[in-house]
This record gives sequence, structure tokens and C-alpha cells, in this order.
Amino acid sequence: MSELSRTGYQTDKMWVTMGPQHPFSHGLWTLRIKVDGEYILDAEPEVGYLHRGWEKECENRTYAKIIPMADRLCYSASMTWSHLYCKVAEEALDIELPERAQYLRVIADEICRIQSHLMWLAALGTDLGNLTIFLWCLREREFFLDLNVRLCGQRLTTNYPRIGGVRNDMPYYFERDCMRVVDRFENSLWDIINLTDESSVFVSRLKGISYLTKKQVANLGITGPAMRGCGVDYDVRRDDPYAAYDKLDFEVPVLKDGDAYARYRVRVEEMFQSCEIIRQAFNALQKIPKTAPYRLKVSKNIPAGTHMAHIEDPRGDALMYLVSDGSGSPYRLKVRSPVFVNVSASKAMLDGCRIADIPAVMAMIDMCLGETDR
Amino acid sequence: MPDDAMIEAPTKTDVEALIKGKFGSKAVFRQTTKKNSKADNEGRRLYIDTDRDTLYELCQYVHDRLNFEHIIAVTGVDWVDHMQTVYHITNYLTGMVVEITTDIPNDDPHVRSVSDIWEGANWHEREAYELFGIIFDNHPKLERLLTPKSYEFYPFRKSYKLRGQPDE
Amino acid sequence: MDMSMYPHAVAMSVDEFMSWSNATINELLSAGTKRAVDKLTGPIWSWAMRNSMHPLHFGLACCAIEMAAASAPKHDAERLGMIYRSSPRQTDVLLINGWISKKLRPDIRRLYEQIPAPKWVVAMGECAISGGPWYDSYNIVQGLDQIVPVDVYIPGCPIKPDAMIDGFMLLQKKIDAYFKRGVFMED
Repeated sequence: MSELSRTGYQTDKMWVTMGPQHPFSHGLWTLRIKVDGEYILDAEPEVGYLHRGWEKECENRTYAKIIPMADRLCYSASMTWSHLYCKVAEEALDIELPERAQYLRVIADEICRIQSHLMWLAALGTDLGNLTIFLWCLREREFFLDLNVRLCGQRLTTNYPRIGGVRNDMPYYFERDCMRVVDRFENSLWDIINLTDESSVFVSRLKGISYLTKKQVANLGITGPAMRGCGVDYDVRRDDPYAAYDKLDFEVPVLKDGDAYARYRVRVEEMFQSCEIIRQAFNALQKIPKTAPYRLKVSKNIPAGTHMAHIEDPRGDALMYLVSDGSGSPYRLKVRSPVFVNVSASKAMLDGCRIADIPAVMAMIDMCLGETDR
Repeated sequence: MPDDAMIEAPTKTDVEALIKGKFGSKAVFRQTTKKNSKADNEGRRLYIDTDRDTLYELCQYVHDRLNFEHIIAVTGVDWVDHMQTVYHITNYLTGMVVEITTDIPNDDPHVRSVSDIWEGANWHEREAYELFGIIFDNHPKLERLLTPKSYEFYPFRKSYKLRGQPDE
Repeated sequence: MDMSMYPHAVAMSVDEFMSWSNATINELLSAGTKRAVDKLTGPIWSWAMRNSMHPLHFGLACCAIEMAAASAPKHDAERLGMIYRSSPRQTDVLLINGWISKKLRPDIRRLYEQIPAPKWVVAMGECAISGGPWYDSYNIVQGLDQIVPVDVYIPGCPIKPDAMIDGFMLLQKKIDAYFKRGVFMED
């Protein structure tokens, strides 16, 4: 602003509100930014427009009734949240999942991860003005939603995991359909990447903005692909494995650059790795007899104690902490949502950016406000 | 090795020994009784109970000396006669998660904030404040976050009943 | 004052304007002009408005993902003319697709009032119809019709995009009925 003040104009800094109704906000939240012309000096996110007191409502429900509620925590990636809830209940009951259920949960999780990342990429494309990406990504995503329908009947909030296993075994045609979709997807993802990586406009809007150092990321508590794009090599699936992930061989993409483009690349690479995981899981499932159990019978009451579980959600590190008191309802069920912490770090992410960079940077968090506000 | 050097990837026995050596009886370790939990069996979980005066020092020690860089969550729990805050902290290199539990009396619900050690705890503490009424001292901005600013009650306390919950 | 049927920019007081307009409407009604104009133009307005329902770009929760999927290639909502607009001043339909919290309640009312008439409201999903699974929450409004008058309720949790398109086709029928009833001089 020194240029303008040389000519004698009076400039001032002001707070601008990107209010709850905004086409690029991906969810219901307000971002108040303090701007000096085009440059952002300070940012203050305001969340809570979707707060329903989820954790308090859980105390009013039995353990089985919470599974569909857990789906609606993060509606884009609902399979992983109900998996996490069932995992914390299984830790509390101290049972080990049957092998078939473990592999089925892994396959369902990875399908969920791919479809969540495709929705993210569609939203990113729309923000940056490339509407073709929106259409192509959602077309690919429809194939994965069809797989969800074949597995358990619902497209989005699937209600598939149960405490002690999964709701039903996969139908006889599921492996064939899933491998067809995955094989096709590995080719068509290259088409989509041609729209993004080969487009100099797209790359220049993402490269070189919003740098974060490793120390900043660790301190701010940012997790997920946003963290792995800044050089921190941590993935709960590999470092604290659960549900058959320790028997599978996959890579965790980590980039050292630290800018928004690196965070975008990490998510695209994760989609390829998910395809690999699905293939390996099906190969392992073929060695398990078809009549093996996929669901254990569990008691309605969970013994008293405190239990925690955490998994790798498509958006980061998700944790649930359960305090049970021996009855059929939880005493306290705490949900730690990765997007909650990533949004709180908006100020650090928008440091040195311009207003036009906001959609690109905020899309890197992959907002899902249902889990933020709970 | 010098006394205050950071250990990058401490094992479970290292962490237990060091914390017991420094804090003695103030940090009580809870032994796990789970047989089927993969994380417990492979030594990736530690459960510590401490009182609220040693909490800040313990958190500082765990961050500076034992390289637990990432705080996952700060939880508030309302046991009707007292409150509790629970901290889950993890080390990136070993994947170990430490759970620190602190009791807080009802008539003096203050506890030192850890948001100057880990910035990631900032919003978690704000949320615990607005839902339970636990006041975190030295927090940069302790205001309501999720509920509207005009709310004056603490919704997650057991004394607040939802529709359909029986009043006893 | 002697006013012809074509008032140009003339300064009148409020009372004069009210009495002039009432007189004009009564003249038109008694001469059958309103009925003739409505019969002629009603189908045209109805065809135009029902094939270009422009909803507001407002995604709240789970049903918003299915709303986005309804614009996707598999169930193409744009063939009905539904183009999402960012500013409420340029929209016809307020589409609420998620649960309504108390923090959001004044904002929804304000958005509704900012949409110019004729406007319609569609409640999409169980949460907008009646509060849905969050029936005992301290922060959720139990239904959209506690805030704004609703025209079409589309049930589902979350709605299949096919159901959303079906709901909008019902809204098309409602728009048709509204315009064919006659809107000449009705403001």
C-alpha cells in the first residue's frame, strides 16, 4: 500500500465477511478477513452454523442407534466415521474383528476415500473456474456411489459397519464390479489430471501460495493430506494400524514443498494408492473362506471405562473418546474432527495470500462442516 | 546424553521411565486391561492420571523432551461431582498416543491452558469452555465458538437435559 | 385528478396513488380486461418460470452433496433449467437442504426476504421438513416451516437426486397453477 500512499490516497484496512451463504465456501461457515487492498492480513473463521450437539444427543441413544448418526458427522466420508465409531465400541468391548469383516471394512473405507477425494476435486475445480472438472469428477464418483449401493443399499450415508463387524457380506458380483470400476478409474483419473496438471492456469493458481513449515503444521495440529503436503510423514493407517491395514502394502504420498500445489498432489496420489489397496484387499479376501463370519454378536451394554480410537479419515486424523458406564448408552462420546483443527489454522494458511487465493487455499482443507460443528 | 536433549522416537518403556523419574508420584500410570486391542499390545498407548498443578509441566516435558509434537484432542467430561479434562497427544515418529487425564473441582473450574505449547489445542479448549464451563487460564481468546453468542448455559453438563431425557 | 391508463412519472401522494390504482383495477376487472390478459399471458409466464427455476447457491449439509450430484452428469438437473445463482436477488427458489441451527435461523429469514417475488421455498430432506434425526437437539429448529412458508417438501435422508428432480417437477406444476390463476395487476 505504499504505492497508493505515495500519491496521497488515504487507505485503510477493513474486515470483509465471506458470509455463510457463499458459492465458494463449501459448507456453512463465515470467514472474516482483514484486507489491505488485495492482501490478507488476518483471518478469523467463524463456525457453528451446523452445531447440533451431536455428542450430547449420543447420550440419549443406545449404542446401535448411534451408527447412522455417526454417518452424518461428515457426510462426504460417512463410511470412515461409522467405522471409527464401531472401532471405539469394539475397543470398549475388547473384541477382535473377524478377518472377513476387517477386509470388508478396508475396502469400504477406500471406496469412501476415493469418492470423497473426487468430490473435493470437483469442488476445487469449480472454485478455480474450471467447470469441466466438476462434471468429470462427479461422473467418476457416480461409479463409486453405485458400488456403495451394491454393497449396502445407500449411496451416501451408508450405515454399513456394525459393532462387531459389518452389516452384510458382499454380494457375489461385488468383486467383479469393483475391479471393473477400479480398473476404469485408474485410466480416467489420468484424463482428469490432464485437465488440472497440464493447465497452466490451474497450476499457477496453486503453486507458490500458502507455504507452511513442518514445525507450523505440527504445532497447529493440521492433519491429513494438508500435513503430508508439507513434509510431515504420518498416516494413521501405517503408523498406528487398524483393521487389516498392517497386512497390506501401500505407500503414503508425502511431498516436501509445503504449498497448496503439494497438498493437491498428495490427494491425487492417495486416490491411486487407494486403488492399489482395494486390489490387494480383494486378493486377500479370496483366501478367506466365503462362509467365514463377518459379524460377531455383541452385548447391548458396554462395560464401564474410558476408551479411545483413531483412524485416518480422508480429511485427517479423526479420534473418538468414549466414556462408558455399563449401561446401554454412552456417558460421554467425544469426537475429534480433523477439519475443526484445520479450519482453526486458517490464519496461518492465508498468510501472505490475496483475496483471489482464498478459494484455492480453503479448498485444500476439504471442508466438511458437519464434522466441524458436530 | 545431556539431561534435556530431545529423544526423537522414545519407546513405551523410555517414556514411562522418564516421566516416572521426573514426576514421581504426581503422574500415575493406568495399566491397560485390554487383550484384543492391537495398539495396546504393540505398546502404542499410555494412560496417565495427573493433578491440575502438574499438568502444564508434564505437557511441557512431553512436548520438549519426548517429541510429542501433535495434540489430537482436548476433551471435557462432566462427572457430576467434579469435571475432567483429557488430553490426547501423539508422536509422529512412533505413532504412540499418550492420554493425560486431569480432575478439576466443580467450585473452581480453572486449569492452565496448553495452547502456548501446542496451538492446535486452541479451539479444543474454547469448545470445552463453551460446552462445559471449564475456564482455561492464559488462553488467548476464550469465547463461545460453536453455539450462538447469546447462549448463557453450558449445554453438555449433565444438569442440562435434552428433550426426552428424564429429569431426576 | 384525471389520469389516463398510462401514468408517466407524476408525483402523487400515497393516498392519491392508492385510490388511482384501485380505480384502475376495478375498471379493468369490470371490463374483463384482466381476465383476457391473464388468459393470454398466464401460460407464457408459467412456461418461462417453470423452465428456469433458479435456486440459491446454498449448501448446508448432507443433502447438499446430493444436490450437487443432481447437477452432475448422471442426473442432470440443468435440463430443467436449474442454474444456481450466488446472490439471492437473482433467484426464484430457496432450497434448504440440511438442518437449521439457531445461529442460522435469522440468516435464512433474511435470505428469504431478499429474494424478490414470485418466490418458492423447497424443503429438502428430513432435517428441513421436521428436524429429522436431531429431534432432541437444543440448537436445531424443528422444521423449515417454522421460519418461512414452504411450498414443496421432498422427503429422504439423504435424498436421492432422482427424488430431488421429481420434487422440482412437482414445483413446476405448482408454478404452472400459480401463473394460470392470473397475476396481472396482482402486486
